[in-house]
Amino acid sequence: MGKKTILAVFEDPDETLYGAKHLMSKGVKIREVYSPFPIHGIDKALGVKPTRISTVAFFYGVMGVSLALLMMWYMNVQDWAMNIGGKPSFSLSQNLPAFIPVTFEITVLIAAHLMNFTFLFRSRLFPGFKSMNPDLRATDDKFVMEIVLDDNKVSADELKAMVKETKAIEINDAELKYKD
Amino acid sequence: MNVESPIREPLILGNKSYHQITEDICKPIEGRANKLWYLVFTVAAICALWGVGLIAYTFGTGIGVWGLNKTVGWAWDITNFVWWVGIGHAGTLISAILLLFRQKWRMAINRSAEAMTIFAVICAAMFPAIHVGRVWVVYWFFPVPNQLGSLWVNFNSPLLWDLFAISTYFSVSLGFWYIGLIPDFATVRDRQIKPIMKKIYSVLSFGWSGNVKTWQRFEEVSLVLAGLSTPLVLSVHTIVSMDFATSIVPGWHTTIFPPYFVAGAIFSGFAMVATLLIIMRKVLNLEEYITINHLESMNKIIVVTGSIVGVAYITELVIAWYSGVQYEHYAFLNRATGPYAWAYWIMMSCNVISPQLFWSRKIRRSLVATFMLSIVVNIGMWFERFVIIVTSTHRDFLPSSWTMFYPTFVDIGIFIGTLGIFFTLFLLFSRAFPVIAIAETKSILKISGDGWKKKTEELYEKVGESEHHH
Repeated sequence: MGKKTILAVFEDPDETLYGAKHLMSKGVKIREVYSPFPIHGIDKALGVKPTRISTVAFFYGVMGVSLALLMMWYMNVQDWAMNIGGKPSFSLSQNLPAFIPVTFEITVLIAAHLMNFTFLFRSRLFPGFKSMNPDLRATDDKFVMEIVLDDNKVSADELKAMVKETKAIEINDAELKYKD
Repeated sequence: MNVESPIREPLILGNKSYHQITEDICKPIEGRANKLWYLVFTVAAICALWGVGLIAYTFGTGIGVWGLNKTVGWAWDITNFVWWVGIGHAGTLISAILLLFRQKWRMAINRSAEAMTIFAVICAAMFPAIHVGRVWVVYWFFPVPNQLGSLWVNFNSPLLWDLFAISTYFSVSLGFWYIGLIPDFATVRDRQIKPIMKKIYSVLSFGWSGNVKTWQRFEEVSLVLAGLSTPLVLSVHTIVSMDFATSIVPGWHTTIFPPYFVAGAIFSGFAMVATLLIIMRKVLNLEEYITINHLESMNKIIVVTGSIVGVAYITELVIAWYSGVQYEHYAFLNRATGPYAWAYWIMMSCNVISPQLFWSRKIRRSLVATFMLSIVVNIGMWFERFVIIVTSTHRDFLPSSWTMFYPTFVDIGIFIGTLGIFFTLFLLFSRAFPVIAIAETKSILKISGDGWKKKTEELYEKVGESEHHH
């Protein structure tokens, strides 16, 4: 069903990183690396762009500030200006100090949750979804590099010969678990 | 590769491999619970049910079943609320603030501390809900249009700030906790043989694969959540303290409250983490992950925050004297020498004097001493809230209204009930969830693992020898 792949299995995060750098320098295209914990620097080595999720979170925060102030202005100033202790709410600017705590809380609330949802949505994480992981040991103690044959111009044997130059402990044939 | 100085103690003992970490942490989930677990669980569940029953009784009969009176309108309910919220603070401190400070020792304890936060906030949030009395109109708290007219909630009120603070805190902590759990659920999923277990953990793990882009986002999301949670956790107890500080009641009307409450919250929270972890590491055989070194680090935080709390108590007394206000004078004199002096001195000795024992390295590194002191601190912090709330109100401006507060069996029962709910949830958590962050612990193995550190040490020695030869 899926495309033919070669799985290079490593035991050590640093060896995986060096292996990936070595293969990339030889012009091999690596589709994916699955690991039980993040390997620092592998994203750069594979040419994966930096994530923009923190920028997105900032804008969610800006949205939170605006929504919070708009809500409090409408409820406590515009629609029904409460007169508390002879100090009526005349305008947003006059009432701002008392509105700061709730503004802060709503900002954090909206920024955090929308960022989480964006992360889950963009990373295709949802209850009931299937894992793309080609080797179950990749969530335990192995680091699995997935090389798709169609991505590379050289033959499978040549690819395997290049993978052998790295510290991979196993080189296995497999298929992609998802439609490419 | 990162290398850490051999002077630093290892954080993972016993020359572990990545696979061994998975085995050790997944074992409690896959194995059967022993008799002790069932015994403790049964006791906790009975307490929880008793508490729920008494809450139902309160709803049915009214707040009159509590020991409150016209003078003392807040007592055990708000004491328990503040105490539980405070306990929750340690979890967020460990997961957020220690992440920003790149403290590696947080890895072994953050998962269970965050679980503690969530369960403690659940217990805390029940009290404001039930102490309104008419729980069926509890939605009046929320900014919803009102059928009685267009009167909205009052955003100038700290009590409403509190609602937003607690709900944000609870839901953001829950999200932070769950995001961190996803890769570990995937680890559990991928080693299951029984189809039911596999199904459960594959739903819980959201189809996690552990690919490069997802890990990259995961790390960024964790960092941003830590950045958001840090001011959030400080804001929560600040706002809780403003429930008191913005009133005019002598003993409550105190500008020192926000930092003092936050320090006290972290203090009591770390004590609760220590209590739970000392038991958990033993019962689940995790002594090589939650080491004496971890407990010592927590004890250091306890002694610092305990001392901050002590300074705050004394500052409060001095400022009350310096204010020149006779009501302020009396409120504090009454606290220390009045009919509730016993509570005040329990608070003083448990919170200020006892944690000073942790200046001794021997006591800091003793399991028995840490366990006992952690319980002492929690008792002290409960009394702190009781002292602040009840001694400030029981003798108000009008001497003819002076009174005492006596808890009824309902007050006591609901408190015991929340302890039951807390421990029931924690015990369930310890059987079903990976209690230590598996992925994060693996990520520090090559830096802070026992076996790896020995290799580094040999390397250091070799370098030293070759320098001699030159």
